[in-house]
Amino acid sequence: MAAGRMGGLCGTNFEDPFERNPLTLALSPSRGEGTKQRNKQDPTLMQIRSQVSMVFHLDKCIGCHTCSVACKNVWTDRKGAEYMWWNNVETKPGTGFPTKWEDQEKYKGGFERNDDGSLSIKSTSKKKIIPNIFHNPHMPSMDDYYEPWTYDYQNLFTAKEGSDQPTAGPISMIDGEKIDVQSGPNWDDDLGGSEIYAANDPNLAGLTEQQRLQLSSVERLVFFYLPRICNHCLNPCCVASCPSGALYKRGEDGIVLIDQQKCRAWRSCVAACPYKKTYFNWFTGKSEKCILCFPRLETGQAPACFHSCVGRIRYLGVLLYDADRLEEVAKLPDDELVEGQRSLIMNPHDPAVIAQAKKDGISDGVIEAAQNSPVYKFVMEWKIALPPHIEYRTLPMLFYVPPMSPVQASKPEDTIHHNSNNLFHDIDDSRVPMKFLANLFGGGQEGVVRYALAKQKAVRWHRRAETVGDIDRATADRMLHEANCTREEADAIYKLTALCTYEERFVIPPMHREQAIEMMKEPHEHRAETGFGFVGGQTRGM
Amino acid sequence: MNARPMDQFLFIALPYVCLFTFLLMTIYRYRQQSFSYSSLSSQFLENKQHFWAVVPFHYGILAVTAGHLIAFLIPRSILAWNSHPLRLYILEISALVCGLLTLIGLISLIARRGTTTRIRKVTTVTDWILFAMLLIQTVSGVAIALFHPWGSSWFATNLSPYLWSIFKLNPDVSFVTAMPHLVKLHIVLAFLTIGFFPFTRLVHLLVIPNPYLWRKTQVVRWYGRKSE
Repeated sequence: MAAGRMGGLCGTNFEDPFERNPLTLALSPSRGEGTKQRNKQDPTLMQIRSQVSMVFHLDKCIGCHTCSVACKNVWTDRKGAEYMWWNNVETKPGTGFPTKWEDQEKYKGGFERNDDGSLSIKSTSKKKIIPNIFHNPHMPSMDDYYEPWTYDYQNLFTAKEGSDQPTAGPISMIDGEKIDVQSGPNWDDDLGGSEIYAANDPNLAGLTEQQRLQLSSVERLVFFYLPRICNHCLNPCCVASCPSGALYKRGEDGIVLIDQQKCRAWRSCVAACPYKKTYFNWFTGKSEKCILCFPRLETGQAPACFHSCVGRIRYLGVLLYDADRLEEVAKLPDDELVEGQRSLIMNPHDPAVIAQAKKDGISDGVIEAAQNSPVYKFVMEWKIALPPHIEYRTLPMLFYVPPMSPVQASKPEDTIHHNSNNLFHDIDDSRVPMKFLANLFGGGQEGVVRYALAKQKAVRWHRRAETVGDIDRATADRMLHEANCTREEADAIYKLTALCTYEERFVIPPMHREQAIEMMKEPHEHRAETGFGFVGGQTRGM
Repeated sequence: MNARPMDQFLFIALPYVCLFTFLLMTIYRYRQQSFSYSSLSSQFLENKQHFWAVVPFHYGILAVTAGHLIAFLIPRSILAWNSHPLRLYILEISALVCGLLTLIGLISLIARRGTTTRIRKVTTVTDWILFAMLLIQTVSGVAIALFHPWGSSWFATNLSPYLWSIFKLNPDVSFVTAMPHLVKLHIVLAFLTIGFFPFTRLVHLLVIPNPYLWRKTQVVRWYGRKSE
């Protein structure tokens, strides 16, 4: 055990979620057979942990970037971090930030499943780190993000007298030189249909020519927004790749953090995170990432991006999961990953699960938070929230409700008819091709996405029948039935989607003072220390 | 021991000052400013020349340093190996190649830092001093290999005993006083570099040995709970 290496750090310990059964999980074609025999439904054989998880409801996102700005103001508005967007909002289809981050042929992020069923890190696995520690072959450079700039305002005052008005030209925030701005944050904002951005979205793989045209046809082009933060994965590739062991997952709440005192700038995490949500601070020579505003969570407040969200698209709550089966699930074939991840998540109302959770040291307050978790409802009860790119095999714990908008169907002759079965178009006629959403949220599988969208559609039919009344009840009920939904469930979805209060959206578990890793501090003090808990602030190495 | 005062200063006093500075300051810095222990990689700012500069430099200097260390630790084995001329030639030529690799890498590193404006912004005076020291050290090392050949043998017979005498706290400079000036320069600069080491980015060398290759894949830290 490497516990000794931690030295004075609060007596914390390393521990491995895979530790319990390291050998039994080698995946044979007959999965589960010949390995440790056990009933997956029996909670007494599990190791239950809690994870602060998230849901973003994409139909509600208006792309205002308030979340990004809130995060920027609190955490990354400082030297070396100017280019970082721990929270960013992308236009889809689009290339995102950093450019084409989803193209793992280029970035080599995430895990890959070997022929023998084992997993290895795509970028620098243990074997590959030794020859590559001096120069990481898959490290993105600043040009893949953008060079941060400001404006030369002084020139407005100091320019020599001339025939033109002086201007405040852009200058680089790195070297202070004049800069020809070629890209920036949200450079492709709202550029659905563009040849440079939208057309290069890696999620367009596997779409037919007609489907691609459908996304970009003039006057009918489609885009939606994808807000992104760190997914605080169950099987984080960044953590797995760190040669220094500086990255870790907090045992109590699953927040993934980088120990700034232990990071030595080997850069592996930046290359390994398939979501490109670890960033390299070019000034301090350390990697940084979203900390899920743990200083706020520990004081009962929602993270800044959640709190500030104008569209109220964000939900936060606890999920209980079985840590023993993580590796087994991470090794499943692509088409079984979404279901596999769900199978890890335990029902917090099940008395047996509660008993085992208590045995595994989860406090009553956290269990109660898990029972009220909006995330559990979206992901497990209603099954309308899906993980992004689960094929990267990091088991992300941020889930997205796939967007139905725009509601108009792809058929050119389609118009909205009242009292018609086409009031809300058929899901497969959506102008956003199902395949595109499946590439994003279904690990390529359309089934889970279709299920989520069909249920949302049914909710709309149901509420239309209830509130407007121009749809007969039988049609609405048929829609509900087809979507595997009841009236009660539809009302609950409607309520949590449209009428949700702050307390319903954010069910923050009590992170007991004695459980908090970092001592409580005045928020501004935290900010001065970059949230990383320094004594005397951070100074760059000599 | 009737060494001249200058030799006493350069080969007894200076080595001890440098070695103690190294020992005390690396520990002090690690305890007080663990944050500053970083390789301070600039790959993020410039990703193309980086490969061609960093990789040859690191492989070269690691091989050369390892060579010095081996000759220091097991001089007799080196002499036994060198007893056959062909093996001596192989060792000498490999050492020279590694030295040249280091030199090429180092010059590329300096050129890269000097010419890329982005990287100049994250380059300190300390970096430039270190570059100068390493450059002189590498050039003198390559020059020694060229003009004072069979160093692997005379290092084992003369310098290894000298270094051992330093570590045994019974310094004997008679081994080095007769050395050519180029070799003396190389020795003095080596100790100076060791003394300067704790104040530079070189400290990242000390944090390479880590249990990554042996540790379990995922890292979880608990508060208030012992490891299971």
